[in-house]
Amino acid sequence: MSLALILGLAFWLGAWATNALVARHPFGRTPAGRIFVPVLFGITLLVLWEALVRAFAVPTVILPAPSAIAGKFAESTGLLWADFVQTVLKGALSGFVIGTGAAFLAAVACDRVPFLRDGLLPVGNFVAALPIVGLAPILVMWFGFGWQSKAAVVVAMVFFPMLINVVAGLGSAERMQRDLMATWGASYWQALWKLRLPAAMPFVFNGLKIAASLALIGAIVAEYFGSPVVGMGFRISTAVGVLNIELVWAEIAVAALAGSAFYGLIALAEKAVTFWHPSQRT
Amino acid sequence: MKDTGHADQPVIEAKGLNLVFQTADGPVQALKDVNLTIGAGEFVSFIGPSGCGKTTFLRAIAALETPTSGTLTVNGMSPDEARRKRAYGYVFQAAGLYPWRTISGNIRLPLEIMGFDRKAQEERVQRVLELVELKGFGKKFPWQLSGGMQQRASIARALAFDADILLMDEPFGALDEIVRDRLNEEVLKLWARTGKTIGFVTHSIPEAVYLSTKIVVMSPRPGRITDVIDSPLPQDRPLDIRDSREFIEIAHRVREGLRAGHHDE
Ligand SMILES: Nc1ncnc2c1ncn2[C@@H]1O[C@H](COP(=O)(O)OP(=O)(O)OP(=O)(O)O)[C@@H](O)[C@H]1O
Ligand SMILES: [Mg+2]
Repeated sequence: MSLALILGLAFWLGAWATNALVARHPFGRTPAGRIFVPVLFGITLLVLWEALVRAFAVPTVILPAPSAIAGKFAESTGLLWADFVQTVLKGALSGFVIGTGAAFLAAVACDRVPFLRDGLLPVGNFVAALPIVGLAPILVMWFGFGWQSKAAVVVAMVFFPMLINVVAGLGSAERMQRDLMATWGASYWQALWKLRLPAAMPFVFNGLKIAASLALIGAIVAEYFGSPVVGMGFRISTAVGVLNIELVWAEIAVAALAGSAFYGLIALAEKAVTFWHPSQRT
Repeated sequence: MKDTGHADQPVIEAKGLNLVFQTADGPVQALKDVNLTIGAGEFVSFIGPSGCGKTTFLRAIAALETPTSGTLTVNGMSPDEARRKRAYGYVFQAAGLYPWRTISGNIRLPLEIMGFDRKAQEERVQRVLELVELKGFGKKFPWQLSGGMQQRASIARALAFDADILLMDEPFGALDEIVRDRLNEEVLKLWARTGKTIGFVTHSIPEAVYLSTKIVVMSPRPGRITDVIDSPLPQDRPLDIRDSREFIEIAHRVREGLRAGHHDE
Protein backbone atom coordinates (compact mmCIF):
# COMPACT_ATOMS: atom_id res chain seq x y z
CA MET A 1 0.00 0.00 0.00
CA SER A 2 1.29 3.41 -0.91
CA LEU A 3 1.85 6.21 1.56
CA ALA A 4 -0.78 8.40 -0.13
CA LEU A 5 -3.42 5.74 0.35
CA ILE A 6 -2.50 5.22 4.03
CA LEU A 7 -2.60 8.96 4.69
CA GLY A 8 -5.93 9.27 2.87
CA LEU A 9 -7.52 6.45 4.82
CA ALA A 10 -6.14 7.84 8.09
CA PHE A 11 -7.68 11.24 7.34
CA TRP A 12 -10.97 9.56 6.52
CA LEU A 13 -11.08 7.67 9.81
CA GLY A 14 -10.08 10.79 11.76
CA ALA A 15 -12.78 12.91 10.08
CA TRP A 16 -15.36 10.18 10.64
CA ALA A 17 -14.57 10.08 14.36
CA THR A 18 -14.68 13.88 14.57
CA ASN A 19 -18.07 14.07 12.87
CA ALA A 20 -19.51 11.36 15.11
CA LEU A 21 -18.25 13.34 18.11
CA VAL A 22 -19.60 16.66 16.86
CA ALA A 23 -22.99 15.12 16.10
CA ARG A 24 -23.31 14.04 19.75
CA HIS A 25 -21.83 17.24 21.20
CA PRO A 26 -24.06 20.34 21.83
CA PHE A 27 -21.87 22.19 19.29
CA GLY A 28 -23.38 19.99 16.57
CA ARG A 29 -26.76 21.67 17.08
CA THR A 30 -25.50 25.25 16.77
CA PRO A 31 -25.63 26.89 13.30
CA ALA A 32 -21.82 26.64 13.03
CA GLY A 33 -21.95 22.97 13.95
CA ARG A 34 -24.56 22.31 11.34
CA ILE A 35 -22.25 23.74 8.68
CA PHE A 36 -19.14 22.07 10.12
CA VAL A 37 -20.32 18.49 9.59
CA PRO A 38 -21.09 18.64 5.85
CA VAL A 39 -17.99 20.78 5.17
CA LEU A 40 -15.72 18.25 6.87
CA PHE A 41 -17.50 15.51 4.97
CA GLY A 42 -16.86 17.29 1.67
CA ILE A 43 -13.18 17.84 2.51
CA THR A 44 -12.87 14.15 3.37
CA LEU A 45 -14.21 13.17 -0.03
CA LEU A 46 -11.66 15.44 -1.72
CA VAL A 47 -8.78 14.02 0.36
CA LEU A 48 -9.85 10.45 -0.45
CA TRP A 49 -10.15 11.34 -4.14
CA GLU A 50 -6.64 12.83 -4.11
CA ALA A 51 -5.24 9.79 -2.28
CA LEU A 52 -6.86 7.27 -4.62
CA VAL A 53 -5.75 9.09 -7.78
CA ARG A 54 -2.15 9.23 -6.50
CA ALA A 55 -2.06 5.73 -5.05
CA PHE A 56 -3.30 4.06 -8.21
CA ALA A 57 -1.69 6.59 -10.60
CA VAL A 58 -5.01 7.17 -12.38
CA PRO A 59 -4.40 8.81 -15.79
CA THR A 60 -5.44 12.50 -15.87
CA VAL A 61 -7.70 11.79 -18.83
CA ILE A 62 -9.81 9.47 -16.68
CA LEU A 63 -9.79 11.50 -13.47
CA PRO A 64 -7.42 14.33 -12.52
CA ALA A 65 -6.54 14.89 -8.85
CA PRO A 66 -8.36 17.71 -7.03
CA SER A 67 -5.05 19.51 -6.56
CA ALA A 68 -4.49 19.52 -10.32
CA ILE A 69 -7.98 20.83 -10.91
CA ALA A 70 -7.47 23.55 -8.30
CA GLY A 71 -4.20 24.51 -9.94
CA LYS A 72 -5.88 24.80 -13.32
CA PHE A 73 -8.70 26.79 -11.75
CA ALA A 74 -6.25 29.28 -10.22
CA GLU A 75 -4.31 29.84 -13.42
CA SER A 76 -7.37 30.30 -15.66
CA THR A 77 -9.64 32.49 -13.51
CA GLY A 78 -9.90 35.08 -16.31
CA LEU A 79 -11.10 32.52 -18.79
CA LEU A 80 -13.50 30.90 -16.30
CA TRP A 81 -14.95 34.30 -15.40
CA ALA A 82 -15.63 35.15 -19.04
CA ASP A 83 -17.34 31.77 -19.52
CA PHE A 84 -19.34 32.28 -16.32
CA VAL A 85 -20.59 35.69 -17.46
CA GLN A 86 -21.52 34.34 -20.89
CA THR A 87 -23.29 31.18 -19.78
CA VAL A 88 -24.63 31.83 -16.28
CA LEU A 89 -25.30 35.56 -16.21
CA LYS A 90 -26.28 36.12 -19.84
CA GLY A 91 -27.75 32.77 -20.87
CA ALA A 92 -29.12 31.09 -17.76
CA LEU A 93 -30.09 34.09 -15.63
CA SER A 94 -31.82 36.12 -18.33
CA GLY A 95 -33.64 33.02 -19.55
CA PHE A 96 -34.63 32.20 -15.98
CA VAL A 97 -35.99 35.69 -15.31
CA ILE A 98 -37.88 35.91 -18.61
CA GLY A 99 -39.17 32.32 -18.45
CA THR A 100 -40.37 32.30 -14.85
CA GLY A 101 -41.72 35.87 -15.12
CA ALA A 102 -43.71 35.05 -18.25
CA ALA A 103 -44.93 31.79 -16.68
CA PHE A 104 -46.12 33.71 -13.63
CA LEU A 105 -48.14 36.16 -15.72
CA ALA A 106 -49.47 33.33 -17.87
CA ALA A 107 -50.58 31.50 -14.71
CA VAL A 108 -52.57 34.52 -13.56
CA ALA A 109 -54.12 34.77 -17.03
CA CYS A 110 -54.99 31.05 -16.94
CA ASP A 111 -56.55 31.60 -13.55
CA ARG A 112 -58.66 34.51 -14.76
CA VAL A 113 -59.73 32.85 -18.03
CA PRO A 114 -60.62 29.18 -17.44
CA PHE A 115 -60.66 28.57 -21.19
CA LEU A 116 -56.94 29.44 -21.33
CA ARG A 117 -56.15 27.04 -18.53
CA ASP A 118 -57.98 24.18 -20.21
CA GLY A 119 -56.16 24.89 -23.46
CA LEU A 120 -52.68 25.84 -22.28
CA LEU A 121 -51.97 23.29 -19.56
CA PRO A 122 -52.23 20.15 -21.76
CA VAL A 123 -50.06 21.86 -24.40
CA GLY A 124 -47.68 22.79 -21.60
CA ASN A 125 -47.33 19.22 -20.43
CA PHE A 126 -46.61 18.21 -24.00
CA VAL A 127 -43.93 20.88 -24.54
CA ALA A 128 -42.38 20.10 -21.14
CA ALA A 129 -41.94 16.52 -22.35
CA LEU A 130 -39.96 17.62 -25.45
CA PRO A 131 -36.29 16.70 -25.01
CA ILE A 132 -33.96 19.67 -24.80
CA VAL A 133 -31.42 18.06 -27.15
CA GLY A 134 -34.06 18.16 -29.86
CA LEU A 135 -35.14 21.71 -29.12
CA ALA A 136 -31.75 23.37 -28.67
CA PRO A 137 -30.40 23.12 -32.27
CA ILE A 138 -33.62 24.58 -33.64
CA LEU A 139 -33.55 27.51 -31.22
CA VAL A 140 -29.88 28.10 -32.06
CA MET A 141 -30.92 28.28 -35.73
CA TRP A 142 -33.67 30.76 -34.90
CA PHE A 143 -31.84 33.05 -32.47
CA GLY A 144 -28.21 32.75 -33.60
CA PHE A 145 -25.03 31.59 -31.85
CA GLY A 146 -25.04 34.32 -29.18
CA TRP A 147 -26.40 34.08 -25.63
CA GLN A 148 -29.90 34.92 -26.88
CA SER A 149 -30.45 31.42 -28.24
CA LYS A 150 -29.26 29.95 -24.90
CA ALA A 151 -31.70 32.19 -23.04
CA ALA A 152 -34.42 30.99 -25.42
CA VAL A 153 -33.63 27.35 -24.60
CA VAL A 154 -33.79 28.19 -20.90
CA VAL A 155 -37.12 30.00 -21.35
CA ALA A 156 -38.55 26.96 -23.13
CA MET A 157 -37.31 24.68 -20.36
CA VAL A 158 -38.47 26.65 -17.30
CA PHE A 159 -41.75 28.09 -18.60
CA PHE A 160 -44.04 25.11 -18.17
CA PRO A 161 -42.74 23.67 -14.88
CA MET A 162 -43.15 27.15 -13.42
CA LEU A 163 -46.58 27.65 -15.00
CA ILE A 164 -47.88 24.37 -13.61
CA ASN A 165 -46.59 25.17 -10.13
CA VAL A 166 -48.07 28.66 -10.03
CA VAL A 167 -51.45 27.48 -11.36
CA ALA A 168 -51.51 24.80 -8.65
CA GLY A 169 -50.49 27.41 -6.08
CA LEU A 170 -53.27 29.80 -7.07
CA GLY A 171 -55.76 27.01 -6.42
CA SER A 172 -54.29 26.11 -3.06
CA ALA A 173 -56.12 28.56 -0.78
CA GLU A 174 -58.54 26.73 1.49
CA ARG A 175 -62.24 26.95 0.87
CA MET A 176 -62.93 28.73 4.15
CA GLN A 177 -60.26 31.32 3.39
CA ARG A 178 -61.91 32.00 0.03
CA ASP A 179 -65.40 32.07 1.56
CA LEU A 180 -64.20 34.77 3.94
CA MET A 181 -63.15 36.92 0.98
CA ALA A 182 -66.62 36.40 -0.50
CA THR A 183 -68.39 37.48 2.70
CA TRP A 184 -66.34 40.68 2.70
CA GLY A 185 -67.43 41.39 -0.86
CA ALA A 186 -63.83 41.32 -2.14
CA SER A 187 -63.21 41.77 -5.87
CA TYR A 188 -61.30 39.20 -7.93
CA TRP A 189 -58.12 41.26 -7.81
CA GLN A 190 -58.39 41.91 -4.06
CA ALA A 191 -58.83 38.20 -3.38
CA LEU A 192 -55.93 37.43 -5.72
CA TRP A 193 -53.59 39.94 -4.13
CA LYS A 194 -54.47 39.42 -0.48
CA LEU A 195 -55.25 35.72 -0.39
CA ARG A 196 -54.43 33.59 -3.40
CA LEU A 197 -50.99 34.96 -4.22
CA PRO A 198 -49.69 34.73 -0.64
CA ALA A 199 -51.16 31.23 -0.37
CA ALA A 200 -49.44 30.30 -3.65
CA MET A 201 -45.95 31.30 -2.50
CA PRO A 202 -44.79 27.82 -1.36
CA PHE A 203 -45.68 26.55 -4.85
CA VAL A 204 -44.05 29.54 -6.54
CA PHE A 205 -40.77 28.83 -4.76
CA ASN A 206 -40.99 25.17 -5.58
CA GLY A 207 -41.28 26.18 -9.23
CA LEU A 208 -38.37 28.62 -8.94
CA LYS A 209 -36.11 25.94 -7.44
CA ILE A 210 -36.91 23.49 -10.23
CA ALA A 211 -36.40 26.26 -12.80
CA ALA A 212 -33.03 27.22 -11.28
CA SER A 213 -31.48 23.81 -11.86
CA LEU A 214 -33.07 23.47 -15.31
CA ALA A 215 -31.76 26.91 -16.32
CA LEU A 216 -28.13 25.99 -15.67
CA ILE A 217 -28.37 22.65 -17.46
CA GLY A 218 -30.17 24.24 -20.41
CA ALA A 219 -27.69 27.10 -20.86
CA ILE A 220 -24.66 24.78 -20.79
CA VAL A 221 -26.05 22.03 -22.99
CA ALA A 222 -27.40 24.52 -25.57
CA GLU A 223 -23.86 25.72 -26.21
CA TYR A 224 -22.93 22.27 -27.50
CA PHE A 225 -25.07 23.08 -30.54
CA GLY A 226 -23.32 26.27 -31.54
CA SER A 227 -21.90 29.26 -29.69
CA PRO A 228 -19.31 32.02 -29.98
CA VAL A 229 -15.83 31.03 -28.69
CA VAL A 230 -16.77 31.68 -25.08
CA GLY A 231 -19.08 29.96 -22.60
CA MET A 232 -18.98 27.01 -20.22
CA GLY A 233 -20.62 24.53 -22.56
CA PHE A 234 -18.39 25.60 -25.45
CA ARG A 235 -15.28 25.30 -23.22
CA ILE A 236 -16.23 21.86 -21.93
CA SER A 237 -16.85 20.47 -25.41
CA THR A 238 -13.63 21.94 -26.92
CA ALA A 239 -11.41 21.14 -23.90
CA VAL A 240 -12.54 17.51 -24.00
CA GLY A 241 -11.54 17.47 -27.66
CA VAL A 242 -7.93 18.48 -26.87
CA LEU A 243 -7.80 16.33 -23.70
CA ASN A 244 -7.49 19.40 -21.45
CA ILE A 245 -9.42 17.48 -18.79
CA GLU A 246 -8.40 19.65 -15.83
CA LEU A 247 -10.10 22.61 -17.50
CA VAL A 248 -13.26 20.56 -18.02
CA TRP A 249 -13.31 19.77 -14.31
CA ALA A 250 -12.62 23.40 -13.43
CA GLU A 251 -15.70 24.37 -15.49
CA ILE A 252 -17.71 21.67 -13.74
CA ALA A 253 -16.61 23.14 -10.42
CA VAL A 254 -17.76 26.61 -11.53
CA ALA A 255 -21.11 25.16 -12.61
CA ALA A 256 -21.53 23.39 -9.26
CA LEU A 257 -20.66 26.55 -7.31
CA ALA A 258 -22.95 28.73 -9.42
CA GLY A 259 -25.78 26.22 -9.16
CA SER A 260 -25.47 25.95 -5.38
CA ALA A 261 -25.32 29.72 -4.94
CA PHE A 262 -28.36 30.21 -7.19
CA TYR A 263 -30.35 27.56 -5.35
CA GLY A 264 -29.22 28.87 -1.97
CA LEU A 265 -30.37 32.41 -2.76
CA ILE A 266 -33.81 31.14 -3.76
CA ALA A 267 -34.02 29.01 -0.61
CA LEU A 268 -33.14 32.08 1.50
CA ALA A 269 -35.83 34.17 -0.20
CA GLU A 270 -38.25 31.30 0.32
CA LYS A 271 -37.51 31.24 4.02
CA ALA A 272 -38.17 34.97 4.26
CA VAL A 273 -41.41 34.91 2.25
CA THR A 274 -43.05 31.65 3.38
CA PHE A 275 -41.94 31.80 7.02
CA TRP A 276 -45.57 31.06 7.95
CA HIS A 277 -45.73 27.70 6.17
CA PRO A 278 -45.56 24.66 8.48
CA SER A 279 -42.46 23.37 6.59
CA GLN A 280 -40.56 26.62 7.29
CA ARG A 281 -41.55 27.34 10.89
CA THR A 282 -38.75 26.84 13.35
CA MET B 1 -77.91 53.87 15.02
CA LYS B 2 -77.51 52.54 11.51
CA ASP B 3 -80.33 52.43 9.04
CA THR B 4 -81.56 48.85 9.05
CA GLY B 5 -84.15 49.37 6.35
CA HIS B 6 -87.86 49.62 6.99
CA ALA B 7 -88.75 48.68 10.54
CA ASP B 8 -91.62 46.47 9.40
CA GLN B 9 -89.49 44.63 6.86
CA PRO B 10 -87.90 41.38 8.01
CA VAL B 11 -84.11 41.28 7.81
CA ILE B 12 -83.99 37.64 6.76
CA GLU B 13 -86.92 35.82 5.22
CA ALA B 14 -86.95 32.22 3.97
CA LYS B 15 -90.04 30.80 2.25
CA GLY B 16 -90.31 27.18 1.18
CA LEU B 17 -86.53 26.94 1.00
CA ASN B 18 -84.98 23.71 -0.31
CA LEU B 19 -81.31 23.00 -0.81
CA VAL B 20 -80.04 19.79 -2.37
CA PHE B 21 -76.33 18.94 -2.73
CA GLN B 22 -75.45 16.78 -5.71
CA THR B 23 -72.80 14.38 -4.46
CA ALA B 24 -71.10 11.33 -5.94
CA ASP B 25 -73.43 9.10 -3.89
CA GLY B 26 -76.51 10.91 -5.17
CA PRO B 27 -78.43 13.95 -3.97
CA VAL B 28 -78.35 15.03 -0.30
CA GLN B 29 -81.30 17.12 0.86
CA ALA B 30 -79.61 19.50 3.31
CA LEU B 31 -82.63 21.80 3.76
CA LYS B 32 -86.28 20.89 3.23
CA ASP B 33 -89.14 23.37 3.13
CA VAL B 34 -87.59 25.87 5.52
CA ASN B 35 -89.79 28.83 6.46
CA LEU B 36 -88.37 31.42 8.81
CA THR B 37 -88.63 35.15 9.37
CA ILE B 38 -86.02 37.04 11.34
CA GLY B 39 -86.74 40.65 12.30
CA ALA B 40 -84.26 43.46 12.79
CA GLY B 41 -82.31 43.18 16.04
CA GLU B 42 -83.30 39.60 16.79
CA PHE B 43 -80.86 37.10 18.25
CA VAL B 44 -81.67 33.74 16.66
CA SER B 45 -80.03 30.47 17.66
CA PHE B 46 -80.04 27.35 15.51
CA ILE B 47 -79.78 24.09 17.38
CA GLY B 48 -79.99 20.50 16.19
CA PRO B 49 -77.99 17.32 15.74
CA SER B 50 -74.92 17.15 13.53
CA GLY B 51 -75.74 17.20 9.82
CA CYS B 52 -79.19 18.79 10.15
CA GLY B 53 -78.26 21.72 7.92
CA LYS B 54 -77.45 24.50 10.39
CA THR B 55 -74.23 25.46 8.63
CA THR B 56 -75.89 25.09 5.24
CA PHE B 57 -78.69 27.48 6.20
CA LEU B 58 -76.25 30.07 7.54
CA ARG B 59 -74.15 29.74 4.37
CA ALA B 60 -77.25 30.17 2.21
CA ILE B 61 -78.08 33.40 4.06
CA ALA B 62 -74.52 34.60 3.37
CA ALA B 63 -74.79 33.65 -0.34
CA LEU B 64 -72.09 30.98 0.01
CA GLU B 65 -74.59 28.29 -1.05
CA THR B 66 -77.40 28.67 -3.56
CA PRO B 67 -80.83 27.29 -2.62
CA THR B 68 -82.33 24.80 -5.06
CA SER B 69 -85.83 26.25 -4.73
CA GLY B 70 -87.88 28.64 -2.61
CA THR B 71 -87.09 32.25 -1.83
CA LEU B 72 -84.57 33.77 0.51
CA THR B 73 -84.22 37.51 0.98
CA VAL B 74 -81.87 39.58 3.12
CA ASN B 75 -82.87 43.20 3.77
CA GLY B 76 -85.33 42.71 0.91
CA MET B 77 -82.51 41.83 -1.52
CA SER B 78 -81.11 38.57 -2.78
CA PRO B 79 -78.41 37.17 -0.49
CA ASP B 80 -75.79 37.83 -3.16
CA GLU B 81 -76.73 41.50 -3.47
CA ALA B 82 -76.59 41.78 0.30
CA ARG B 83 -73.17 40.13 0.27
CA ARG B 84 -71.85 42.66 -2.20
CA LYS B 85 -73.28 45.43 -0.01
CA ARG B 86 -71.23 43.91 2.87
CA ALA B 87 -74.25 43.19 5.01
CA TYR B 88 -72.65 40.31 6.96
CA GLY B 89 -69.96 39.47 9.38
CA TYR B 90 -69.43 35.71 9.32
CA VAL B 91 -67.64 33.62 11.94
CA PHE B 92 -66.90 30.14 10.61
CA GLN B 93 -66.87 26.90 12.56
CA ALA B 94 -63.02 26.99 12.47
CA ALA B 95 -60.96 30.15 12.90
CA GLY B 96 -59.66 30.35 9.30
CA LEU B 97 -57.01 32.98 10.00
CA TYR B 98 -54.45 33.68 7.27
CA PRO B 99 -51.14 32.32 8.58
CA TRP B 100 -48.97 34.90 6.77
CA ARG B 101 -50.66 37.76 8.60
CA THR B 102 -50.36 38.69 12.26
CA ILE B 103 -53.48 38.70 14.42
CA SER B 104 -53.79 42.46 13.88
CA GLY B 105 -53.16 41.96 10.17
CA ASN B 106 -55.94 39.39 9.99
CA ILE B 107 -58.42 41.66 11.74
CA ARG B 108 -57.34 44.54 9.51
CA LEU B 109 -57.85 42.53 6.30
CA PRO B 110 -61.62 43.07 5.83
CA LEU B 111 -61.08 46.74 6.66
CA GLU B 112 -58.43 47.02 3.92
CA ILE B 113 -60.77 45.34 1.47
CA MET B 114 -63.65 47.62 2.35
CA GLY B 115 -61.47 50.69 2.00
CA PHE B 116 -61.33 52.06 5.53
CA ASP B 117 -58.55 54.62 5.94
CA ARG B 118 -55.40 53.78 7.90
CA LYS B 119 -56.38 55.57 11.07
CA ALA B 120 -59.83 54.02 11.21
CA GLN B 121 -58.26 50.60 10.60
CA GLU B 122 -55.89 50.98 13.56
CA GLU B 123 -58.63 52.22 15.89
CA ARG B 124 -61.00 49.44 15.00
CA VAL B 125 -58.35 46.73 15.32
CA GLN B 126 -57.42 47.96 18.79
CA ARG B 127 -61.06 48.20 19.86
CA VAL B 128 -62.03 44.66 18.84
CA LEU B 129 -58.79 43.18 20.18
CA GLU B 130 -59.74 44.60 23.56
CA LEU B 131 -63.28 43.32 23.20
CA VAL B 132 -62.15 39.70 22.77
CA GLU B 133 -59.38 40.11 25.37
CA LEU B 134 -56.49 39.66 22.98
CA LYS B 135 -54.87 43.02 23.67
CA GLY B 136 -51.11 42.57 23.41
CA PHE B 137 -51.38 39.62 21.04
CA GLY B 138 -51.79 41.72 17.89
CA LYS B 139 -48.22 41.15 16.71
CA LYS B 140 -48.33 37.36 17.11
CA PHE B 141 -48.98 35.02 14.22
CA PRO B 142 -52.05 32.75 14.34
CA TRP B 143 -50.07 29.54 14.81
CA GLN B 144 -48.46 31.02 17.92
CA LEU B 145 -51.87 31.21 19.66
CA SER B 146 -54.03 28.51 21.23
CA GLY B 147 -57.10 27.28 19.35
CA GLY B 148 -59.43 29.26 21.62
CA MET B 149 -57.43 32.46 21.13
CA GLN B 150 -57.51 31.94 17.35
CA GLN B 151 -61.28 31.56 17.50
CA ARG B 152 -61.57 34.80 19.48
CA ALA B 153 -59.39 36.54 16.89
CA SER B 154 -61.74 35.35 14.16
CA ILE B 155 -64.68 36.79 16.10
CA ALA B 156 -62.81 40.08 16.42
CA ARG B 157 -62.24 40.04 12.66
CA ALA B 158 -66.00 39.62 12.02
CA LEU B 159 -66.82 42.45 14.43
CA ALA B 160 -64.25 44.92 13.13
CA PHE B 161 -66.28 46.25 10.22
CA ASP B 162 -69.60 46.51 12.04
CA ALA B 163 -71.94 44.77 9.64
CA ASP B 164 -75.60 44.87 10.67
CA ILE B 165 -75.94 41.11 10.43
CA LEU B 166 -73.63 38.81 12.33
CA LEU B 167 -73.67 35.11 11.44
CA MET B 168 -71.77 32.82 13.80
CA ASP B 169 -71.30 29.09 13.26
CA GLU B 170 -70.50 27.43 16.60
CA PRO B 171 -68.10 30.23 17.46
CA PHE B 172 -67.50 29.00 21.00
CA GLY B 173 -67.51 25.25 20.34
CA ALA B 174 -63.79 24.93 20.98
CA LEU B 175 -63.64 27.04 24.14
CA ASP B 176 -63.70 26.03 27.79
CA GLU B 177 -66.78 26.65 29.92
CA ILE B 178 -65.43 29.73 31.73
CA VAL B 179 -64.25 31.59 28.64
CA ARG B 180 -67.45 30.58 26.91
CA ASP B 181 -69.56 32.10 29.71
CA ARG B 182 -67.61 35.33 29.53
CA LEU B 183 -67.85 35.55 25.75
CA ASN B 184 -71.57 34.77 25.93
CA GLU B 185 -71.98 37.77 28.21
CA GLU B 186 -69.83 39.86 25.86
CA VAL B 187 -71.88 38.87 22.83
CA LEU B 188 -75.10 39.77 24.65
CA LYS B 189 -73.68 43.17 25.64
CA LEU B 190 -72.51 43.79 22.10
CA TRP B 191 -75.90 42.82 20.76
CA ALA B 192 -77.75 45.07 23.23
CA ARG B 193 -75.43 47.98 22.47
CA THR B 194 -75.42 47.69 18.66
CA GLY B 195 -78.83 46.26 17.85
CA LYS B 196 -77.29 43.86 15.34
CA THR B 197 -79.29 40.97 13.95
CA ILE B 198 -77.50 37.79 14.98
CA GLY B 199 -77.73 34.22 13.67
CA PHE B 200 -75.94 31.81 15.97
CA VAL B 201 -75.38 28.07 15.59
CA THR B 202 -74.74 26.03 18.71
CA HIS B 203 -74.94 22.51 20.07
CA SER B 204 -75.44 23.72 23.63
CA ILE B 205 -79.02 24.05 24.90
CA PRO B 206 -78.11 26.43 27.78
CA GLU B 207 -76.12 28.63 25.41
CA ALA B 208 -79.03 28.82 22.97
CA VAL B 209 -81.54 29.65 25.68
CA TYR B 210 -79.27 32.14 27.40
CA LEU B 211 -78.50 34.14 24.27
CA SER B 212 -81.54 34.07 22.07
CA THR B 213 -84.76 35.91 21.49
CA LYS B 214 -85.70 33.09 19.16
CA ILE B 215 -84.56 29.47 19.16
CA VAL B 216 -84.85 27.43 15.98
CA VAL B 217 -84.81 23.67 16.55
CA MET B 218 -83.81 21.59 13.54
CA SER B 219 -83.71 17.89 12.73
CA PRO B 220 -81.73 15.93 10.13
CA ARG B 221 -82.31 13.85 7.01
CA PRO B 222 -83.73 15.90 5.47
CA GLY B 223 -82.72 19.04 7.37
CA ARG B 224 -85.81 20.93 8.46
CA ILE B 225 -87.16 23.19 11.19
CA THR B 226 -89.21 21.30 13.81
CA ASP B 227 -89.84 24.09 16.33
CA VAL B 228 -89.40 27.84 16.67
CA ILE B 229 -89.42 29.11 20.25
CA ASP B 230 -89.78 32.81 21.07
CA SER B 231 -87.99 33.37 24.34
CA PRO B 232 -89.93 35.17 27.10
CA LEU B 233 -86.68 35.99 28.95
CA PRO B 234 -86.00 39.72 29.51
CA GLN B 235 -83.36 41.62 27.48
CA ASP B 236 -81.15 42.01 30.50
CA ARG B 237 -79.73 38.59 31.36
CA PRO B 238 -77.26 38.04 34.19
CA LEU B 239 -75.51 34.66 34.02
CA ASP B 240 -77.54 33.32 36.97
CA ILE B 241 -80.74 33.67 34.98
CA ARG B 242 -79.83 30.14 33.93
CA ASP B 243 -81.13 28.88 37.28
CA SER B 244 -84.53 30.54 36.93
CA ARG B 245 -87.72 28.54 36.37
CA GLU B 246 -88.48 30.21 33.03
CA PHE B 247 -85.04 29.39 31.73
CA ILE B 248 -85.35 25.74 32.70
CA GLU B 249 -88.79 25.53 31.07
CA ILE B 250 -87.49 26.82 27.75
CA ALA B 251 -84.48 24.50 27.93
CA HIS B 252 -86.90 21.64 28.52
CA ARG B 253 -88.94 22.58 25.45
CA VAL B 254 -85.80 22.72 23.31
CA ARG B 255 -84.75 19.30 24.56
CA GLU B 256 -88.20 17.90 23.77
CA GLY B 257 -87.97 19.35 20.27
CA LEU B 258 -84.57 17.76 19.69
CA ARG B 259 -85.83 14.41 20.95
CA ALA B 260 -88.94 14.54 18.74
CA GLY B 261 -86.68 15.15 15.72
CA HIS B 262 -84.79 12.00 16.61
CA HIS B 263 -87.92 9.83 16.87
CA ASP B 264 -89.04 10.66 13.33
CA GLU B 265 -86.06 8.91 11.80
N1 LIG C 1 -70.52 21.07 0.10
C1 LIG C 1 -71.30 20.00 0.37
N2 LIG C 1 -71.43 19.01 -0.54
C2 LIG C 1 -72.22 17.94 -0.29
N3 LIG C 1 -72.91 17.75 0.84
C3 LIG C 1 -72.81 18.69 1.79
C4 LIG C 1 -72.00 19.86 1.61
N4 LIG C 1 -72.08 20.61 2.73
C5 LIG C 1 -72.91 19.95 3.56
N5 LIG C 1 -73.36 18.81 3.01
C6 LIG C 1 -74.31 17.85 3.62
O1 LIG C 1 -75.46 18.56 4.02
C7 LIG C 1 -75.92 18.12 5.29
C8 LIG C 1 -75.97 19.29 6.25
O2 LIG C 1 -74.64 19.71 6.56
P1 LIG C 1 -74.34 20.93 7.51
O3 LIG C 1 -72.89 21.19 7.44
O4 LIG C 1 -75.25 22.05 7.20
O5 LIG C 1 -74.70 20.33 8.94
P2 LIG C 1 -74.59 21.01 10.37
O6 LIG C 1 -75.96 21.05 10.93
O7 LIG C 1 -73.88 22.29 10.30
O8 LIG C 1 -73.74 19.92 11.17
P3 LIG C 1 -72.64 20.15 12.32
O9 LIG C 1 -73.38 20.37 13.59
O10 LIG C 1 -71.92 18.84 12.36
O11 LIG C 1 -71.77 21.29 11.92
C9 LIG C 1 -74.99 17.00 5.71
O12 LIG C 1 -75.60 15.79 5.41
C10 LIG C 1 -73.77 17.21 4.87
O13 LIG C 1 -73.17 15.98 4.59
MG1 LIG D 1 -71.95 22.98 10.98
